[in-house]
Amino acid sequence: MARTPGPPIVDGMMTTFVRDQWYVAAYGYEVGRELLARTVLGEPLVLYRTEAGEAVALADRCVHRRFPLSESRLDGDTIVCGYHGFTYDPGGTCVSVPGQTRIPRTARVASYPVVERDSFVWIWIGEPDRADESLLPRAPWLADPRYTTVSGMEPLAARYALLVDNLMDLSHETYLHGGSIGTPEVASTPIITEVDEDNGIVHVSRRMADAACPPFYATSTGIDGRITRWQDIEYHPPCLYLLHSRISPAGRLPKEDGTDPDGFHVEVVYAITPETEHSTHDFWAVARDFALDDAEVSDFVRDSNRAVVLQDVDALNILERVIAAEPDCYQELSINIDTGGLAARRMLSQLMAGKPVLAQP
Amino acid sequence: MRSVYRIRWKPGTDVLVGECHCGAVRESEDPVRLWAWLLGHPEGHG
Repeated sequence: MARTPGPPIVDGMMTTFVRDQWYVAAYGYEVGRELLARTVLGEPLVLYRTEAGEAVALADRCVHRRFPLSESRLDGDTIVCGYHGFTYDPGGTCVSVPGQTRIPRTARVASYPVVERDSFVWIWIGEPDRADESLLPRAPWLADPRYTTVSGMEPLAARYALLVDNLMDLSHETYLHGGSIGTPEVASTPIITEVDEDNGIVHVSRRMADAACPPFYATSTGIDGRITRWQDIEYHPPCLYLLHSRISPAGRLPKEDGTDPDGFHVEVVYAITPETEHSTHDFWAVARDFALDDAEVSDFVRDSNRAVVLQDVDALNILERVIAAEPDCYQELSINIDTGGLAARRMLSQLMAGKPVLAQP
Repeated sequence: MRSVYRIRWKPGTDVLVGECHCGAVRESEDPVRLWAWLLGHPEGHG
């Protein structure tokens, strides 16, 4: 069994950030007429909404003396710096300075391309000219009236690569989340992993034909007894992770015509947004196509899923402290369950190196 | 042809089966070595 280097180095001269990519900076509901501070890939941002409702992201430092614009105030669609009054429009151009009429040519802050889609506020980190909306990965369930969604964001004091590892290998559910979503079958069922280089996606599929129903699904679906449980992961590096989860009474499969009257479908979405080299914004959302108007089910799904996310957060925070204290040359061991995580790491490494994820002829 | 590389875990065993889009197939019990071979296409894919 080959040993491999641990998660990517974050100290010294190597960065693990992947630039020229779209990242989720916030949920749409977080961005309004109050100034919101958020750091993405080490870049401090201020987010707000214009009076017309358009989301704006600017560098969160006044060009004058670096005062955070997020600690300032909005005047219409402009931000007035809370220190000396430098005033910026939504494009980042300074339109007023105190005590003089001449505005220095260099008086502007960086503005970031922003797209609102699927309930997220996406921002482009990198060269603005390279921002291409067609590259945005989609999570359409989050804004689809045929689904009911609960969501949240937990601060993670760990590098984003650890969250990618965690989510690509769901066998950990059996051990870390045994009281809620994990059952013995998750860890014991073989997986199929695919690397789709043309589209830059890693797929991991785990199909459990006859499994125990964990409390999370028993309570939310009302299924009493054993289940057929499918977990189909789609990771779009670096930021978006989708888990298509299908639950049904054991043996009830989708019909040949494509309909699935016995299936309960849960779309679990994570946006994995690096904050710094050692911290991550862990956006999570759970969309379901059943019990759409049942507030009790929504409360249960929200509370249960948040509890699962916090178990991961606790574990990864511990792991970050362990890894940060180790020499870079530590060699870890990978086994069959890691097949998906290894594929994700490799695709991320290619992106970090600035190489397009394209197949060789 | 879509450039899809696949690793199946053979049920009931510890064996992984790597399948390249070019048709090459290899078995291994080591996912690191199997990905290295698979994604090294076309080298060693006959």
